[in-house]
Amino acid sequence: MVAVGQVKSGLRARTRFSRVTIYRIVALVVIIALWEGAGASGLFFRGVIPSSVFVTAALLRLLGDPVFWGHFGVTLFEIVTGFAIGSALGMLGGLGIGMNRYAGQVFEPVAEYLASTPKVVFLPILLILFGIGVGSKISLGAISCFFPLALSIAAAVRNINPMYLRVGQSLNLTLTQRVKMIYLPALTPAIATGLRLGFGIATVGCLMSEIKLSNKGLGHAAMQAYGRFDIPTMLALLIVIFATAALGNSLIGRLIRLPGPTNRRVTHVPR
Amino acid sequence: MPVWLIRPPPLLSRLLVFAVLLGVWEAASAAGMVSRFIAPPPSEIFPAIGLLYVDNELTARFLRTFGEVFAAAGIGSGLGMAIGWWLHHNRTAGAAYTDWIAASAAAPLVLLFPLFLVLFGRNAATIVAMGAVSVMPPVILKTKEGLDHVRSVLIDVGRTFSLTRWQQVRMILFPAALPTIFTGLRLGLVFALINVVGVEFLIGFGGMGLMIAELGDRFEIAGMYAAILFVVLCSATFFYLTEKLETWLLSAR
Repeated sequence: MVAVGQVKSGLRARTRFSRVTIYRIVALVVIIALWEGAGASGLFFRGVIPSSVFVTAALLRLLGDPVFWGHFGVTLFEIVTGFAIGSALGMLGGLGIGMNRYAGQVFEPVAEYLASTPKVVFLPILLILFGIGVGSKISLGAISCFFPLALSIAAAVRNINPMYLRVGQSLNLTLTQRVKMIYLPALTPAIATGLRLGFGIATVGCLMSEIKLSNKGLGHAAMQAYGRFDIPTMLALLIVIFATAALGNSLIGRLIRLPGPTNRRVTHVPR
Repeated sequence: MPVWLIRPPPLLSRLLVFAVLLGVWEAASAAGMVSRFIAPPPSEIFPAIGLLYVDNELTARFLRTFGEVFAAAGIGSGLGMAIGWWLHHNRTAGAAYTDWIAASAAAPLVLLFPLFLVLFGRNAATIVAMGAVSVMPPVILKTKEGLDHVRSVLIDVGRTFSLTRWQQVRMILFPAALPTIFTGLRLGLVFALINVVGVEFLIGFGGMGLMIAELGDRFEIAGMYAAILFVVLCSATFFYLTEKLETWLLSAR
Protein backbone atom coordinates (compact mmCIF):
# COMPACT_ATOMS: atom_id res chain seq x y z
CA MET A 1 0.00 0.00 0.00
CA VAL A 2 2.81 2.29 0.92
CA ALA A 3 4.50 1.65 -2.41
CA VAL A 4 1.26 2.32 -4.29
CA GLY A 5 0.82 5.56 -2.33
CA GLN A 6 4.36 6.63 -3.18
CA VAL A 7 3.86 5.88 -6.87
CA LYS A 8 0.59 7.84 -6.82
CA SER A 9 2.12 10.86 -5.14
CA GLY A 10 5.12 10.64 -7.48
CA LEU A 11 2.78 10.63 -10.47
CA ARG A 12 0.85 13.55 -9.01
CA ALA A 13 4.09 15.46 -8.52
CA ARG A 14 5.11 14.75 -12.10
CA THR A 15 1.69 15.81 -13.43
CA ARG A 16 1.94 19.00 -11.37
CA PHE A 17 5.45 19.54 -12.75
CA SER A 18 4.34 19.08 -16.32
CA ARG A 19 1.31 21.33 -15.73
CA VAL A 20 3.63 24.00 -14.32
CA THR A 21 5.82 23.70 -17.43
CA ILE A 22 2.75 23.95 -19.66
CA TYR A 23 1.59 27.08 -17.79
CA ARG A 24 5.03 28.65 -18.27
CA ILE A 25 5.18 27.82 -21.97
CA VAL A 26 1.64 29.17 -22.44
CA ALA A 27 2.61 32.42 -20.66
CA LEU A 28 5.64 32.89 -22.91
CA VAL A 29 3.60 32.16 -26.04
CA VAL A 30 0.86 34.59 -24.91
CA ILE A 31 3.41 37.35 -24.17
CA ILE A 32 5.08 36.93 -27.59
CA ALA A 33 1.68 36.72 -29.33
CA LEU A 34 0.47 39.88 -27.56
CA TRP A 35 3.68 41.69 -28.54
CA GLU A 36 3.47 40.62 -32.18
CA GLY A 37 -0.29 41.29 -32.24
CA ALA A 38 0.13 44.78 -30.78
CA GLY A 39 2.88 45.51 -33.32
CA ALA A 40 0.75 44.37 -36.25
CA SER A 41 -2.53 45.88 -34.97
CA GLY A 42 -1.78 49.44 -36.08
CA LEU A 43 -2.80 50.77 -32.63
CA PHE A 44 0.70 52.14 -32.09
CA PHE A 45 2.90 54.20 -34.39
CA ARG A 46 4.78 52.20 -36.99
CA GLY A 47 7.99 50.72 -35.63
CA VAL A 48 7.19 51.40 -31.98
CA ILE A 49 6.63 47.69 -31.31
CA PRO A 50 9.01 45.91 -33.70
CA SER A 51 8.63 42.20 -34.36
CA SER A 52 10.68 39.93 -32.10
CA VAL A 53 12.51 38.77 -35.26
CA PHE A 54 13.95 42.30 -35.72
CA VAL A 55 14.85 42.52 -32.02
CA THR A 56 16.67 39.16 -32.21
CA ALA A 57 18.48 40.28 -35.36
CA ALA A 58 19.52 43.53 -33.64
CA LEU A 59 20.74 41.55 -30.62
CA LEU A 60 22.87 39.26 -32.83
CA ARG A 61 24.26 42.27 -34.70
CA LEU A 62 25.16 43.95 -31.40
CA LEU A 63 26.95 40.86 -30.10
CA GLY A 64 29.24 40.93 -33.15
CA ASP A 65 29.93 44.68 -32.89
CA PRO A 66 33.17 45.75 -31.11
CA VAL A 67 31.67 49.21 -30.37
CA PHE A 68 28.92 47.50 -28.33
CA TRP A 69 31.52 45.54 -26.34
CA GLY A 70 33.30 48.83 -25.60
CA HIS A 71 30.06 50.23 -24.10
CA PHE A 72 29.47 46.96 -22.28
CA GLY A 73 32.96 47.04 -20.75
CA VAL A 74 32.49 50.62 -19.49
CA THR A 75 29.11 49.81 -17.91
CA LEU A 76 30.40 46.60 -16.33
CA PHE A 77 33.40 48.48 -14.89
CA GLU A 78 31.12 51.18 -13.43
CA ILE A 79 28.69 48.68 -11.89
CA VAL A 80 31.39 46.44 -10.40
CA THR A 81 33.43 49.36 -9.00
CA GLY A 82 30.39 51.21 -7.62
CA PHE A 83 29.04 47.98 -6.15
CA ALA A 84 32.41 47.11 -4.54
CA ILE A 85 32.86 50.56 -2.96
CA GLY A 86 29.22 50.89 -1.86
CA SER A 87 28.96 47.40 -0.41
CA ALA A 88 32.29 47.61 1.46
CA LEU A 89 31.24 50.93 3.04
CA GLY A 90 27.71 49.61 3.60
CA MET A 91 29.01 46.57 5.47
CA LEU A 92 31.25 48.73 7.67
CA GLY A 93 28.40 51.16 8.34
CA GLY A 94 25.99 48.29 9.09
CA LEU A 95 28.44 46.71 11.53
CA GLY A 96 28.97 50.11 13.18
CA ILE A 97 25.29 50.89 13.77
CA GLY A 98 24.44 47.26 14.53
CA MET A 99 27.18 46.59 17.08
CA ASN A 100 26.68 49.80 19.05
CA ARG A 101 23.12 50.16 20.30
CA TYR A 102 23.37 53.91 20.80
CA ALA A 103 24.92 54.53 17.37
CA GLY A 104 22.04 52.45 15.96
CA GLN A 105 19.44 54.60 17.73
CA VAL A 106 21.07 57.79 16.44
CA PHE A 107 21.89 56.87 12.83
CA GLU A 108 19.63 54.00 11.77
CA PRO A 109 16.47 56.13 11.27
CA VAL A 110 18.54 58.50 9.09
CA ALA A 111 19.79 55.56 7.01
CA GLU A 112 16.22 54.20 6.70
CA TYR A 113 14.83 57.50 5.50
CA LEU A 114 17.69 58.07 3.06
CA ALA A 115 17.28 54.53 1.74
CA SER A 116 13.71 55.35 0.71
CA THR A 117 14.66 58.44 -1.32
CA PRO A 118 15.25 58.28 -5.09
CA LYS A 119 19.08 58.35 -5.27
CA VAL A 120 19.13 59.57 -8.87
CA VAL A 121 18.23 63.08 -7.62
CA PHE A 122 21.78 63.32 -6.25
CA LEU A 123 23.16 62.95 -9.78
CA PRO A 124 23.43 66.70 -10.50
CA ILE A 125 25.67 67.08 -7.42
CA LEU A 126 27.78 64.08 -8.46
CA LEU A 127 28.09 65.47 -11.98
CA ILE A 128 29.47 68.73 -10.56
CA LEU A 129 31.86 66.81 -8.29
CA PHE A 130 33.07 64.06 -10.63
CA GLY A 131 32.21 65.21 -14.16
CA ILE A 132 30.26 63.34 -16.82
CA GLY A 133 32.76 60.47 -17.02
CA VAL A 134 32.66 57.19 -15.13
CA GLY A 135 33.23 58.92 -11.75
CA SER A 136 29.67 60.22 -11.41
CA LYS A 137 28.25 56.81 -12.43
CA ILE A 138 30.41 54.85 -10.00
CA SER A 139 29.58 57.20 -7.14
CA LEU A 140 25.82 57.02 -7.77
CA GLY A 141 26.07 53.21 -7.92
CA ALA A 142 28.01 53.21 -4.65
CA ILE A 143 25.56 55.55 -2.86
CA SER A 144 22.62 53.45 -4.11
CA CYS A 145 23.93 50.14 -2.81
CA PHE A 146 25.30 51.50 0.48
CA PHE A 147 21.89 51.67 2.20
CA PRO A 148 20.43 48.18 1.61
CA LEU A 149 23.73 46.65 2.74
CA ALA A 150 24.03 48.83 5.85
CA LEU A 151 20.40 48.31 6.91
CA SER A 152 20.26 44.55 6.31
CA ILE A 153 23.55 44.01 8.16
CA ALA A 154 22.60 46.27 11.09
CA ALA A 155 19.34 44.34 11.52
CA ALA A 156 21.16 41.01 11.32
CA VAL A 157 23.83 42.05 13.86
CA ARG A 158 21.09 42.77 16.38
CA ASN A 159 19.57 39.32 15.75
CA ILE A 160 22.76 37.42 16.54
CA ASN A 161 22.25 34.94 19.33
CA PRO A 162 23.53 36.82 22.43
CA MET A 163 25.05 33.58 23.70
CA TYR A 164 27.67 33.69 20.94
CA LEU A 165 28.63 37.20 22.00
CA ARG A 166 28.87 36.17 25.67
CA VAL A 167 31.06 33.20 24.71
CA GLY A 168 33.26 35.64 22.77
CA GLN A 169 33.47 37.89 25.83
CA SER A 170 34.34 35.06 28.18
CA LEU A 171 37.09 33.97 25.78
CA ASN A 172 38.42 37.56 25.77
CA LEU A 173 38.25 37.86 21.97
CA THR A 174 39.56 41.09 20.47
CA LEU A 175 37.29 43.21 18.23
CA THR A 176 38.94 41.81 15.07
CA GLN A 177 38.50 38.26 16.36
CA ARG A 178 34.87 38.93 17.26
CA VAL A 179 34.15 40.34 13.79
CA LYS A 180 35.96 37.46 12.07
CA MET A 181 34.74 34.59 14.23
CA ILE A 182 31.28 35.63 15.37
CA TYR A 183 29.81 38.50 13.37
CA LEU A 184 30.89 37.58 9.82
CA PRO A 185 29.83 33.91 9.91
CA ALA A 186 26.52 34.73 11.63
CA LEU A 187 25.86 37.47 9.10
CA THR A 188 26.43 35.45 5.91
CA PRO A 189 22.70 35.22 5.01
CA ALA A 190 22.19 38.96 5.60
CA ILE A 191 25.31 39.78 3.59
CA ALA A 192 24.05 37.58 0.75
CA THR A 193 20.62 39.25 0.72
CA GLY A 194 22.14 42.71 1.04
CA LEU A 195 24.65 42.09 -1.75
CA ARG A 196 21.96 40.80 -4.13
CA LEU A 197 19.68 43.76 -3.39
CA GLY A 198 22.66 46.11 -3.58
CA PHE A 199 23.82 44.76 -6.94
CA GLY A 200 20.41 45.38 -8.51
CA ILE A 201 20.25 48.90 -7.08
CA ALA A 202 23.87 49.70 -8.06
CA THR A 203 22.99 48.60 -11.61
CA VAL A 204 19.99 50.95 -11.61
CA GLY A 205 22.15 53.80 -10.25
CA CYS A 206 24.90 53.41 -12.86
CA LEU A 207 22.53 52.89 -15.80
CA MET A 208 20.23 55.77 -14.84
CA SER A 209 23.15 58.18 -14.67
CA GLU A 210 24.42 56.89 -18.02
CA ILE A 211 20.98 57.47 -19.50
CA LYS A 212 20.79 61.02 -18.12
CA LEU A 213 24.21 62.27 -19.18
CA SER A 214 27.18 60.33 -20.52
CA ASN A 215 29.26 59.66 -23.58
CA LYS A 216 29.77 55.91 -23.21
CA GLY A 217 28.14 52.83 -21.71
CA LEU A 218 25.05 50.74 -22.43
CA GLY A 219 22.65 53.41 -21.12
CA HIS A 220 24.21 55.96 -23.46
CA ALA A 221 23.99 53.48 -26.38
CA ALA A 222 20.31 52.78 -25.58
CA MET A 223 19.51 56.50 -25.56
CA GLN A 224 21.38 56.99 -28.84
CA ALA A 225 19.33 54.19 -30.38
CA TYR A 226 16.16 55.85 -29.00
CA GLY A 227 17.28 59.17 -30.47
CA ARG A 228 17.58 57.76 -34.00
CA PHE A 229 14.35 55.72 -33.47
CA ASP A 230 16.20 52.41 -33.85
CA ILE A 231 13.78 50.64 -31.48
CA PRO A 232 14.99 47.05 -32.16
CA THR A 233 18.54 48.03 -31.09
CA MET A 234 17.21 49.90 -28.05
CA LEU A 235 15.22 46.83 -26.98
CA ALA A 236 18.20 44.54 -27.65
CA LEU A 237 20.31 46.78 -25.38
CA LEU A 238 17.61 46.61 -22.66
CA ILE A 239 17.69 42.79 -22.98
CA VAL A 240 21.49 42.83 -22.52
CA ILE A 241 21.13 45.11 -19.46
CA PHE A 242 18.52 42.85 -17.83
CA ALA A 243 20.50 39.70 -18.65
CA THR A 244 23.64 41.21 -17.10
CA ALA A 245 21.72 42.18 -13.95
CA ALA A 246 20.18 38.69 -13.67
CA LEU A 247 23.54 36.99 -14.25
CA GLY A 248 25.25 39.15 -11.62
CA ASN A 249 22.47 38.46 -9.14
CA SER A 250 22.62 34.68 -9.55
CA LEU A 251 26.45 34.73 -9.50
CA ILE A 252 26.46 36.54 -6.14
CA GLY A 253 23.84 34.08 -4.83
CA ARG A 254 26.05 31.13 -5.84
CA LEU A 255 29.27 32.60 -4.47
CA ILE A 256 27.80 33.39 -1.07
CA ARG A 257 25.96 30.08 -0.70
CA LEU A 258 29.29 28.19 -0.73
CA PRO A 259 29.79 27.08 2.88
CA GLY A 260 32.86 28.82 4.27
CA PRO A 261 35.10 26.89 6.66
CA THR A 262 34.51 29.55 9.32
CA ASN A 263 30.77 28.91 9.23
CA ARG A 264 31.02 25.66 11.12
CA ARG A 265 33.18 26.99 13.91
CA VAL A 266 30.67 29.37 15.35
CA THR A 267 27.30 27.90 14.50
CA HIS A 268 28.07 24.95 16.80
CA VAL A 269 29.09 26.59 20.03
CA PRO A 270 29.80 23.82 22.57
CA ARG A 271 27.35 23.89 25.46
CA MET B 1 29.84 63.42 34.30
CA PRO B 2 26.09 62.59 34.18
CA VAL B 3 25.05 59.91 31.68
CA TRP B 4 22.74 62.20 29.68
CA LEU B 5 25.70 64.45 28.87
CA ILE B 6 27.76 61.58 27.45
CA ARG B 7 24.75 59.97 25.78
CA PRO B 8 22.01 62.54 25.16
CA PRO B 9 18.67 61.26 23.80
CA PRO B 10 19.20 59.82 20.25
CA LEU B 11 17.11 62.56 18.59
CA LEU B 12 19.22 65.28 20.22
CA SER B 13 22.45 63.55 19.20
CA ARG B 14 21.17 63.25 15.64
CA LEU B 15 20.37 66.96 15.51
CA LEU B 16 23.77 67.78 17.02
CA VAL B 17 25.55 65.69 14.38
CA PHE B 18 23.61 67.48 11.62
CA ALA B 19 24.33 70.88 13.19
CA VAL B 20 28.07 70.13 13.42
CA LEU B 21 28.19 68.90 9.80
CA LEU B 22 26.33 71.99 8.56
CA GLY B 23 28.60 74.21 10.66
CA VAL B 24 31.75 72.61 9.20
CA TRP B 25 30.31 72.98 5.69
CA GLU B 26 29.44 76.65 6.28
CA ALA B 27 32.90 77.36 7.76
CA ALA B 28 34.69 75.54 4.93
CA SER B 29 32.69 77.56 2.42
CA ALA B 30 33.39 80.85 4.22
CA ALA B 31 37.12 80.01 4.34
CA GLY B 32 37.08 79.42 0.59
CA MET B 33 37.97 75.73 0.94
CA VAL B 34 34.83 74.65 -0.93
CA SER B 35 33.85 76.44 -4.12
CA ARG B 36 30.38 78.01 -4.09
CA PHE B 37 29.84 76.59 -7.57
CA ILE B 38 30.33 73.05 -6.27
CA ALA B 39 28.61 73.24 -2.90
CA PRO B 40 27.04 76.54 -1.86
CA PRO B 41 26.95 77.08 1.93
CA PRO B 42 23.85 75.97 3.90
CA SER B 43 23.04 79.65 4.56
CA GLU B 44 22.32 80.00 0.81
CA ILE B 45 20.59 76.62 0.36
CA PHE B 46 17.93 76.91 3.08
CA PRO B 47 16.58 80.32 1.95
CA ALA B 48 16.54 78.91 -1.61
CA ILE B 49 13.77 76.49 -0.56
CA GLY B 50 11.58 79.57 -0.04
CA LEU B 51 12.54 80.80 -3.50
CA LEU B 52 11.45 77.47 -4.97
CA TYR B 53 7.92 78.31 -3.82
CA VAL B 54 8.01 81.70 -5.48
CA ASP B 55 9.96 81.01 -8.69
CA ASN B 56 9.39 77.35 -9.42
CA GLU B 57 5.76 76.63 -8.47
CA LEU B 58 6.86 74.17 -5.80
CA THR B 59 3.32 73.42 -4.60
CA ALA B 60 2.05 72.59 -8.08
CA ARG B 61 5.04 70.36 -8.77
CA PHE B 62 4.68 68.65 -5.40
CA LEU B 63 0.99 67.92 -6.05
CA ARG B 64 1.75 66.73 -9.55
CA THR B 65 4.43 64.28 -8.40
CA PHE B 66 2.27 62.89 -5.61
CA GLY B 67 -0.71 62.66 -7.96
CA GLU B 68 1.41 60.48 -10.24
CA VAL B 69 2.65 58.45 -7.26
CA PHE B 70 -0.86 57.70 -6.03
CA ALA B 71 -2.15 56.96 -9.53
CA ALA B 72 0.75 54.53 -10.07
CA ALA B 73 0.29 52.99 -6.62
CA GLY B 74 -3.48 52.64 -7.16
CA ILE B 75 -3.15 50.91 -10.53
CA GLY B 76 -0.16 48.82 -9.45
CA SER B 77 -1.70 47.66 -6.17
CA GLY B 78 -5.11 46.90 -7.71
CA LEU B 79 -3.54 44.74 -10.41
CA GLY B 80 -0.97 43.34 -7.98
CA MET B 81 -3.57 42.25 -5.42
CA ALA B 82 -5.71 40.65 -8.13
CA ILE B 83 -2.72 38.73 -9.51
CA GLY B 84 -1.59 37.78 -5.98
CA TRP B 85 -5.09 36.44 -5.28
CA TRP B 86 -5.03 34.44 -8.53
CA LEU B 87 -1.60 32.95 -7.77
CA HIS B 88 -2.90 31.91 -4.34
CA HIS B 89 -6.17 30.53 -5.71
CA ASN B 90 -4.73 28.62 -8.68
CA ARG B 91 -1.92 26.52 -7.23
CA THR B 92 -0.44 25.52 -10.58
CA ALA B 93 -0.24 29.18 -11.64
CA GLY B 94 1.30 29.96 -8.25
CA ALA B 95 3.96 27.26 -8.74
CA ALA B 96 4.59 28.40 -12.32
CA TYR B 97 4.83 32.17 -11.94
CA THR B 98 5.78 33.08 -8.33
CA ASP B 99 9.50 32.58 -9.07
CA TRP B 100 9.19 34.80 -12.12
CA ILE B 101 7.59 37.59 -10.07
CA ALA B 102 10.27 37.23 -7.38
CA ALA B 103 12.97 37.51 -10.07
CA SER B 104 11.29 40.62 -11.50
CA ALA B 105 11.24 42.16 -7.99
CA ALA B 106 15.05 41.93 -7.98
CA ALA B 107 15.40 43.17 -11.59
CA PRO B 108 16.17 46.82 -12.39
CA LEU B 109 12.60 47.36 -13.67
CA VAL B 110 12.92 51.15 -13.86
CA LEU B 111 15.34 50.72 -16.76
CA LEU B 112 12.34 49.62 -18.83
CA PHE B 113 11.24 53.26 -19.05
CA PRO B 114 12.58 53.78 -22.62
CA LEU B 115 10.08 51.10 -23.69
CA PHE B 116 7.21 53.04 -22.09
CA LEU B 117 8.65 56.22 -23.54
CA VAL B 118 8.25 54.89 -27.09
CA LEU B 119 4.82 53.39 -26.31
CA PHE B 120 3.20 56.37 -24.57
CA GLY B 121 5.46 59.31 -25.47
CA ARG B 122 7.05 61.86 -23.14
CA ASN B 123 4.10 62.43 -20.81
CA ALA B 124 2.50 61.52 -17.49
CA ALA B 125 1.28 58.14 -18.84
CA THR B 126 4.88 56.92 -19.14
CA ILE B 127 5.66 58.01 -15.58
CA VAL B 128 2.51 56.45 -14.10
CA ALA B 129 2.97 53.21 -16.10
CA MET B 130 6.58 52.89 -14.98
CA GLY B 131 5.57 53.55 -11.36
CA ALA B 132 2.74 51.00 -11.55
CA VAL B 133 5.06 48.31 -12.95
CA SER B 134 7.49 48.82 -10.07
CA VAL B 135 4.65 48.66 -7.49
CA MET B 136 3.34 45.31 -8.71
CA PRO B 137 6.01 42.73 -7.70
CA PRO B 138 6.04 43.48 -3.93
CA VAL B 139 2.22 43.71 -3.82
CA ILE B 140 1.75 40.43 -5.74
CA LEU B 141 4.30 38.56 -3.61
CA LYS B 142 3.01 39.87 -0.27
CA THR B 143 -0.66 39.30 -1.19
CA LYS B 144 0.06 35.70 -2.15
CA GLU B 145 2.23 35.17 0.93
CA GLY B 146 -0.45 36.60 3.23
CA LEU B 147 -3.25 34.48 1.74
CA ASP B 148 -1.09 31.33 1.64
CA HIS B 149 -0.29 31.60 5.34
CA VAL B 150 -3.80 32.10 6.74
CA ARG B 151 -4.04 29.57 9.58
CA SER B 152 -6.05 26.55 8.51
CA VAL B 153 -7.96 26.57 11.81
CA LEU B 154 -9.51 29.93 10.81
CA ILE B 155 -10.61 28.54 7.46
CA ASP B 156 -12.09 25.50 9.25
CA VAL B 157 -14.05 27.79 11.59
CA GLY B 158 -15.49 29.45 8.49
CA ARG B 159 -16.48 26.06 7.11
CA THR B 160 -18.25 25.02 10.34
CA PHE B 161 -20.31 28.19 10.08
CA SER B 162 -21.11 27.23 6.46
CA LEU B 163 -19.89 30.57 5.14
CA THR B 164 -20.33 31.17 1.43
CA ARG B 165 -17.22 31.59 -0.67
CA TRP B 166 -17.49 35.39 -0.68
CA GLN B 167 -18.13 35.49 3.10
CA GLN B 168 -15.08 33.25 3.63
CA VAL B 169 -12.95 35.72 1.63
CA ARG B 170 -14.41 38.86 3.22
CA MET B 171 -14.61 37.69 6.83
CA ILE B 172 -11.69 35.29 7.15
CA LEU B 173 -9.09 35.17 4.37
CA PHE B 174 -8.73 38.90 3.73
CA PRO B 175 -8.62 40.15 7.36
CA ALA B 176 -6.15 37.40 8.31
CA ALA B 177 -3.86 38.21 5.37
CA LEU B 178 -4.14 41.98 5.86
CA PRO B 179 -0.94 42.64 7.86
CA THR B 180 1.21 40.96 5.19
CA ILE B 181 -0.68 42.65 2.34
CA PHE B 182 -0.11 46.03 4.04
CA THR B 183 3.64 45.42 4.08
CA GLY B 184 3.46 44.87 0.32
CA LEU B 185 1.34 48.00 -0.21
CA ARG B 186 3.73 50.13 1.84
CA LEU B 187 6.75 48.84 -0.07
CA GLY B 188 4.81 49.50 -3.27
CA LEU B 189 4.10 53.13 -2.30
CA VAL B 190 7.77 53.77 -1.52
CA PHE B 191 8.83 52.13 -4.81
CA ALA B 192 6.25 54.26 -6.64
CA LEU B 193 7.72 57.49 -5.23
CA ILE B 194 11.31 56.46 -6.01
CA ASN B 195 10.48 55.49 -9.58
CA VAL B 196 8.14 58.38 -10.35
CA VAL B 197 10.69 61.00 -9.23
CA GLY B 198 13.50 59.07 -10.99
CA VAL B 199 11.65 58.87 -14.32
CA GLU B 200 10.54 62.53 -14.04
CA PHE B 201 14.18 63.50 -13.62
CA LEU B 202 15.34 61.32 -16.53
CA ILE B 203 12.72 62.21 -19.14
CA GLY B 204 12.42 65.84 -18.04
CA PHE B 205 8.68 65.84 -17.51
CA GLY B 206 6.31 66.16 -14.54
CA GLY B 207 6.87 67.57 -11.05
CA MET B 208 9.74 67.55 -8.58
CA GLY B 209 12.13 65.35 -10.61
CA LEU B 210 11.87 67.76 -13.54
CA MET B 211 12.44 70.74 -11.21
CA ILE B 212 15.82 69.30 -10.09
CA ALA B 213 16.82 68.61 -13.70
CA GLU B 214 15.84 72.15 -14.79
CA LEU B 215 17.68 73.89 -11.94
CA GLY B 216 20.76 71.73 -12.66
CA ASP B 217 20.63 72.58 -16.37
CA ARG B 218 20.38 76.32 -15.54
CA PHE B 219 23.33 76.02 -13.10
CA GLU B 220 21.24 77.50 -10.27
CA ILE B 221 23.34 75.50 -7.85
CA ALA B 222 21.82 76.74 -4.55
CA GLY B 223 18.31 76.20 -5.92
CA MET B 224 19.28 72.72 -7.15
CA TYR B 225 20.62 71.76 -3.71
CA ALA B 226 17.45 73.16 -2.13
CA ALA B 227 15.26 71.13 -4.51
CA ILE B 228 17.23 67.95 -3.79
CA LEU B 229 16.93 68.61 -0.05
CA PHE B 230 13.17 69.16 -0.47
CA VAL B 231 12.74 65.86 -2.35
CA VAL B 232 14.77 63.99 0.28
CA LEU B 233 12.65 65.54 3.07
CA CYS B 234 9.44 64.69 1.18
CA SER B 235 10.41 61.06 0.69
CA ALA B 236 11.57 60.71 4.29
CA THR B 237 8.25 62.17 5.53
CA PHE B 238 6.34 59.95 3.12
CA PHE B 239 8.20 56.86 4.37
CA TYR B 240 7.55 57.88 7.98
CA LEU B 241 3.83 58.43 7.34
CA THR B 242 3.35 55.09 5.57
CA GLU B 243 5.14 53.39 8.48
CA LYS B 244 2.88 55.12 11.03
CA LEU B 245 -0.22 54.36 8.93
CA GLU B 246 0.68 50.69 8.84
CA THR B 247 1.20 50.53 12.62
CA TRP B 248 -2.03 52.45 13.25
CA LEU B 249 -4.14 50.33 10.90
CA LEU B 250 -2.79 47.10 12.33
CA SER B 251 -3.34 48.18 15.93
CA ALA B 252 -6.86 49.44 15.14
CA ARG B 253 -7.85 46.11 13.60
